[in-house]
Amino acid sequence: MTAFFDILIGGVFHAAVLFLVAAGLQLVFGVQKIVNLACGSFYALGAYFGVSAVKWALGAGVPIPLFLPVLLASGVLVGLIGPAIEALLRTVYHRDEAFQLLLTFALVLMFQDVLRFFWGANPHELGNVSMEYGKVAIGAVQVPTYNVLVIAASIVIALGLGAFLQRTRFGRILRATAENREMSQALGVNVNWMYTVVFTLGTILGTVSGALVVPTAAASLDMPVELVVEAFAVVVIGGLGSMRGALAGALIVGLLRALAIRYYAELEMLAIYLVVIAVLIARPAGLLGKPIE
Amino acid sequence: MRLAFAIFAFVALAAVPKLASPYYVTLVLPAIAYAIALLGFNLLFGYTGLLSFGHALFVAIGAYGAAVLSSKLGLKSFEMILLISGLAAVAAAIPVGLLSVRYVRIFFGILTLAFGMLFHSFLFKFYNLTGGDTGIRVLRPTLLGMDFKELDKTAFLIGPFYYYCLALLVVLGLAMWRIVHSPFGLHLAAARENPRKAEYLGVRVRLFRLIAFLISAFYCAVGGVILGINTGQADPELAYWTHSGELVFMTVLGGFANFFGPLIGAFSFIFLKSELMGVTQYWRFFLGVTLVLIVVLFPRGLAGIGEDAWSRAARKARRS
Repeated sequence: MTAFFDILIGGVFHAAVLFLVAAGLQLVFGVQKIVNLACGSFYALGAYFGVSAVKWALGAGVPIPLFLPVLLASGVLVGLIGPAIEALLRTVYHRDEAFQLLLTFALVLMFQDVLRFFWGANPHELGNVSMEYGKVAIGAVQVPTYNVLVIAASIVIALGLGAFLQRTRFGRILRATAENREMSQALGVNVNWMYTVVFTLGTILGTVSGALVVPTAAASLDMPVELVVEAFAVVVIGGLGSMRGALAGALIVGLLRALAIRYYAELEMLAIYLVVIAVLIARPAGLLGKPIE
Repeated sequence: MRLAFAIFAFVALAAVPKLASPYYVTLVLPAIAYAIALLGFNLLFGYTGLLSFGHALFVAIGAYGAAVLSSKLGLKSFEMILLISGLAAVAAAIPVGLLSVRYVRIFFGILTLAFGMLFHSFLFKFYNLTGGDTGIRVLRPTLLGMDFKELDKTAFLIGPFYYYCLALLVVLGLAMWRIVHSPFGLHLAAARENPRKAEYLGVRVRLFRLIAFLISAFYCAVGGVILGINTGQADPELAYWTHSGELVFMTVLGGFANFFGPLIGAFSFIFLKSELMGVTQYWRFFLGVTLVLIVVLFPRGLAGIGEDAWSRAARKARRS
């Protein structure tokens, strides 16, 4: 029973983080049709910036229990680099996908050294501030309250995102633009502005998830390139462009990883790739994606 | 003009060990390896229009093939190593290709990326078989049965091995030239430009894409064998997705629309990287900047810049 809850909580925690990054990927792919390899770099940027922000805040006399809001705020703040990146990507919207993918690959390379320049090659961590919130008992196991809070935060963000896309006027226009760019432009939608907003939102989702994860795992230079593969796995399993797909994919990848790590560590990532390949063979569009032409 | 370029490049490369310091010769060797790999890669990317983000998989198969054959099975013949590793890559490419060529564009890219990473995590995690993150040593092979015992490692690499690889590049380059100018190559281009129309006209699009995939896997494996022998080590980083990204980078840097583009790309990338690494520890940043400039301003790559300069000069010459 303990093992079951361990895997469940560990898997869901990982899924919560992955979902945020994958949601950012989906949003950008859905509207701009760009697969952003740099999503992992945003995640790492959020993590590094979060460490620095919390250390600075604690140094400035902010009480320790307030570190979670500080992290969230820092994640949102650093995500505001989005418009600058989008301005660069704008140069290739009308070009072949290969160029778009390569441009985001260039961003991966550049961010790698930007992170190294500001934070050095050594991993950065927050020590055990996350233990400040204590532990709660879930079923038979003691879980750090912080992890539960992150899961809760991710659920709140997911619901908020869903409401934003489904219920608000802006969300409706956004979905219409994703559906048919020319038509919405003809109907007077400012597509450029829309793209900037969407890309920034995607960036913020990435940086916030990085900031949220950093109390439990050190920020390191391996983060960007490792996470991007997992995020890819999530969106491919769930279906490119689908938000519900991102949720389903994140849960599958998160739980699968937790299972594999516990029972057969060699299989950790291998299991995920096998599922990705199986899904692409059986359902090329992903579990919840729209069929591809 | 193309022939002149090819002959000039060959003469220059043949002269490198005589003129340049050993350090630069050891740089040219991986560039030759990448040039061979990219000849195959560009058959798939430039001519067939399929962008793979997982071809490092086949480079890794080549390097690991050389490692396993030379240090575990005691096979020393370079020719046999090339043949067996190349065929192993083709064998692996059959299932991967069959599954991947059902898709085009971004899905093809993601699927190949997943296969590449599958192999990477296999190499990384199954320590007993693959040596994990340290990999397997690649021992010095014999060339045409000669073992060159009297030469030390560097002398061997920049001497006989260098010329052997250069000859390989020429032979494989000529073979690729034949392939892309054959009816098969034209079928590929037709399928790239308009797959549906090509299908109507009787082009068996998927089969041809698969064959292009297999050929590209073979070329990448040959490149991988040379890389492995050059560094004396096969490690899992060779299969990592960023390495696949570098293959794409080199191809676009040189220009994928030109037959010689990938070759130019391989050489410029290796030298740019080594020069940048010598100047700054932040070389990745400047590589990224280069890639941005190429993608945004010169999508036809260095070969495109060269072509434009050539035709401008030719026009000026005609006018005067």
